[in-house]
Amino acid sequence: MIPRSFEYSAPGTLDEAVALLQKLGSDAKILSGGQSLIPMMKLRLASPPHIVDINRIPGLDYITEKDGFLRIGALVRESDLERSELVRSRFPILVDTTSVIADPLVRNQATVCGNLAHGDPANDHPATMLALGAIVVAVGPRGERDVPVENFFPALFTTALEADEILREIKIPIPPPSTGGAYLKLERKVGDYATAGVAVQITLNNSGACTAAAGIGLTNVGFTPIKAVKAEAFVKGKQLDQAAVKQASEIAAGESHPVDDIRGPADYKRDLVRVLTARAIVRALERVKGGV
Amino acid sequence: MKKAISVTVNGVVHHQDVEPRLLLVHLLRDVLNLTGTHIGCETSICGACTVIIDGQAVKSCTILAVQADGASVTTIEGLGTEANLHPVQEGFWEHHGLQCGYCTPGMIMAGAQLLDRISSPTADQIRHGLEGNLCRCTGYQNIVEAIQYAASKAK
Amino acid sequence: MAEKYVGQRVKRTEDPRLIQGLGHYVDDIKLADMLHVAFLRSMYAHARITSIDTSEALHAPGVVAVYTGQDVSSKIGQVPCGAALPDLKVPDHRVLATDKVYFVGHPIAAVVATDRYAARDAIDLIIVDYEELPAVIDVEGAASNSTVIHEHFGDNIAYKLTAGEGDIEAALASADHVVKQRLVHQRLAPIAMEPRGVLARYLPGEKELTLWSSTQIPHLMRTQVAIMLGIPENKLRVIAPEVGGGFGSKLNVYAEEALLGWIAMQLARPVKWIETRRENIQATIHGRGQVGYIEIGCKNDGTITGLRYNVFADMGAYHQLLTPAIPTLTGLMLSGCYKIPAIQMNTTAVFTNKMATDAYRGAGRPEATHVIERAMDMVAAKLKMDPVEVRRRNFPTPEEFPFKTATGLFYDSGNYVGALDKALEMADYSKLRKDQAAARKDGKIIGVGVSTYVEICAIGPSAATPAGGWESATVRVEPTGKVTVLTGASPHGQGQETSFAQIAADALGVDLNDIAVVHGDTAIVQYGIGTFGSRATAVGGTALVLALEELTKKATRFAAHLLEAEPESLQFEDGKFSTDGKSVSIQEVALAAHLARNIPADMDPGLSATRFFEPKNFTFPFGTHIVVSEIDRDTGDVKLTKYVAVDDCGKVINPMLVEGQIHGGIVQSIGQALYEELVYDDQGQLVTGTLMDYAVPKAAMIPWLELDRTETPSPVNPLGVKGVGEAGTIGATPAIVNSIVDALSPFGITHLDMPLRPELLWKIVNNAG
Repeated sequence: MIPRSFEYSAPGTLDEAVALLQKLGSDAKILSGGQSLIPMMKLRLASPPHIVDINRIPGLDYITEKDGFLRIGALVRESDLERSELVRSRFPILVDTTSVIADPLVRNQATVCGNLAHGDPANDHPATMLALGAIVVAVGPRGERDVPVENFFPALFTTALEADEILREIKIPIPPPSTGGAYLKLERKVGDYATAGVAVQITLNNSGACTAAAGIGLTNVGFTPIKAVKAEAFVKGKQLDQAAVKQASEIAAGESHPVDDIRGPADYKRDLVRVLTARAIVRALERVKGGV
Repeated sequence: MKKAISVTVNGVVHHQDVEPRLLLVHLLRDVLNLTGTHIGCETSICGACTVIIDGQAVKSCTILAVQADGASVTTIEGLGTEANLHPVQEGFWEHHGLQCGYCTPGMIMAGAQLLDRISSPTADQIRHGLEGNLCRCTGYQNIVEAIQYAASKAK
Repeated sequence: MAEKYVGQRVKRTEDPRLIQGLGHYVDDIKLADMLHVAFLRSMYAHARITSIDTSEALHAPGVVAVYTGQDVSSKIGQVPCGAALPDLKVPDHRVLATDKVYFVGHPIAAVVATDRYAARDAIDLIIVDYEELPAVIDVEGAASNSTVIHEHFGDNIAYKLTAGEGDIEAALASADHVVKQRLVHQRLAPIAMEPRGVLARYLPGEKELTLWSSTQIPHLMRTQVAIMLGIPENKLRVIAPEVGGGFGSKLNVYAEEALLGWIAMQLARPVKWIETRRENIQATIHGRGQVGYIEIGCKNDGTITGLRYNVFADMGAYHQLLTPAIPTLTGLMLSGCYKIPAIQMNTTAVFTNKMATDAYRGAGRPEATHVIERAMDMVAAKLKMDPVEVRRRNFPTPEEFPFKTATGLFYDSGNYVGALDKALEMADYSKLRKDQAAARKDGKIIGVGVSTYVEICAIGPSAATPAGGWESATVRVEPTGKVTVLTGASPHGQGQETSFAQIAADALGVDLNDIAVVHGDTAIVQYGIGTFGSRATAVGGTALVLALEELTKKATRFAAHLLEAEPESLQFEDGKFSTDGKSVSIQEVALAAHLARNIPADMDPGLSATRFFEPKNFTFPFGTHIVVSEIDRDTGDVKLTKYVAVDDCGKVINPMLVEGQIHGGIVQSIGQALYEELVYDDQGQLVTGTLMDYAVPKAAMIPWLELDRTETPSPVNPLGVKGVGEAGTIGATPAIVNSIVDALSPFGITHLDMPLRPELLWKIVNNAG
């Protein structure tokens, strides 16, 4: 219930925050929403000696469309995403995702970028960002750099961020017309981590007959969030009839690496990936056609 | 090293020197003696600690007191008085939305936020709006009715 | 007596303080100079402690004292077990471990510090050397496991017991069919929203110890802790302040209660300990925990000839107050609502390296009801009869009450057909079956489940209870006419401050708001037994009724004296005694009784009455629950699409409170049936150690519950009340499981154990693995 002691800084600018990280190295941990970090500290599973609280830094809570990207700043809360008119109208897949993260109270505080920076394959946004081909913008002493999200999760609880970098923004390419996406999650109890989750974004070609591009991301069925590249490659160029959807979902299931745990055995989770991929593809296609 | 913070709670400004690790819920309960906000777990599941900070309902057990520096916090004690109960408090009374009362302050705060955001929620919206709050006594049905009552009252 | 309040949906008088956050639970109470206690608990399920080094902890900032088993084992008595059974093995369990730990969470050391943060930090500085031992986890294997937890017992058997009447061998031999089934009742955590806590204060001059504890049994706990500490009982005060739920988990005497009292006496400063949720899941009693084998014999026409239940009962590593007694309650209720001529239960109670089990809402009766209701459905499936029909065939008629069972009980009153018919009508049962058939043609997986249950509560005749089963009440009318009720019941959400005020208001003709109902403080309230076993209204309310009658008799005599009339000539209505055009109010009578200037020569001054009610029998609430469930073919996810409950708890004081109890009980059953399970791995590590993993239901996981009642008064008490606190947890699990088994019967399923996880159902439907 009670964290170990730590030193605390609340820098007022990103530069200050970065300077602190540079100075403190692996002793420092960023606090944004804190909804993953603080519970771990209370259980004493994590006891960072120095917390760098970025919540005082102005200008990081933006959700904007700029230069072909939807840009979500480091301090955008999940509930901001849920209620953003821009997101609701143009990226319902993000609303799908955010609305199944934890519960409404946690979502008022938890940040979207924090959900990515935590590096937990059980978190929901990574799969969606993989499906959307998102790019993480990291800022550090060496300046800013873009990291495609498929390179962002090298290992369990590890991200591509250096110890002295902060995840400043996630940018999502505005998809071409005829694009739809959906995120579906099965959980053992409401507000839980996913037993399995699947994010799908489909872009159809001009005639709408077949798939121009697809992004498929899988939640909590591996040590990292998984980009189902084989399933993505399979659907490309194909008409998504029932048979294709079935096959794509089977391929996606084959790309998952679930383990047995309290949420279920591996074979069950793998089959859920199949079921949810099929359902998410159908949902994504409905949205291409302008459905909700 | 302690930090000096100023937190406005239920309209009263408090100046305190706190350890950075002091949880907001402990600031409220142990330092400011506002014991209406309760603690029911340590993994941010139960929601008994729900308060409203700058208009957002959050779990005060998962916020550091230092994060609330400069913020305005409303706890259950600040929501209403016996002479002037908040509609959600009234609803809980009318509809037997509580038994042991331990989850109740957090449940009421979450209910109040829900109605701020959705003025006429369906039963389903209420149930999902309370995903962050556990109750072991009531089975939730009367809580749903309590909030529906409050929604109709607030019109 | 006019019924102005009784029977009405009166808003609770408890609520104003609770909805404003102004109640006082243990952790809300602060005393000057107060210290905080934190516990170091075992991280191993079974180990010898070879050394404990507390020196670093003692020197940590803010630490005032550190105590281990060495410090206290000779100074504080055993944690009490109140159950008495033939040849019962009772381990000598002390408040802190000494040479051995035998469950994860077993307390080893207590740190006392100036604040809770310092106490928590110091825990990490205590160094314990453990010599790990194999853990005894499997319940069925425990009896023959070569690892013996309490070595001097020679094995892990706590007791063996055979109960029941009738010739079971003949009964099963004469059956046309004997259906057999293994059935598991998984371990559950009660998870009251308020974890346990104790605040202890010792006044060295007065030699008075006060314990505030989140307890359901303040007086019983006081007696036991006085014995444990070797202090005079009349110098120990126990206060149950606001208690945030109990569900049986606080019907107990815990190590921490005695230890905090002892520490307060050592340090002469108040000390407080508040459980974390992890501690609560590890070291507050667990519920259920039976692995049993059913054999039920039936004739081709559906009549049951006999039932045998052989069960391994998981005690845990030691006994808390009622641990060994819980399975005996199962044995009492195995007859369910049915005429079963022969019943036998053979219990092997075993020790395992887990927390002790004890009473959790229902306490042994959910297990019994689940066994018999599953068995009835299995008989129906065997005979290809409708499960409702099988039940009807075996019900006693209302005229056959008091109905004697082959478990030695006399059910007080019951109309099982009445509740069943009402539920069938509410649910439109025949339409449900038609809809099910149509849905199945569409490829849907839909089930309908019924449970007709009876349960035993209003605990109970003292001959059958460990510490007395009576209850007490005092009623006083103060000089200013206000009424004070002191009840030995100890509510923690059930609402007796309101319902007892309703009873008193009607009896005395006073305004509800002029009545204060006081409970939970042993210095104020006469000895009482407490609240558990759905007894507060049936037993406590009856004590109140008797006290009210006695008080009214006294008041009548005073009034007669004041009005210069014969007591028999007085009418008492709406709080006024009148005769022949003259009247006096009860408030005026009370004042006169206190001033005592004009009272009968043979009467004492004052206006109060204290009565203790000893019930002659338990009561037997009953009902029918009907559940419709649908299973998602692809994911195994279950939706309960309909829930109908008709419950008969006898006469009802406040229908709103009754419904609330049933809602809460049903939802706990939904938790048991679908989501909850305490899981210990092979090494005895508690895998489900937080609320992240132990899945307590949330609002969005619960269907709408349609309730109704029948009202069959109990002849056991003048109120006609049976009790309702546990009925929901007793009647519901079999209805839910029966509906899911019914849904899966096309797949050849005849039984499933709880919790019915999606992956289990998915496997069945998809023929996987």
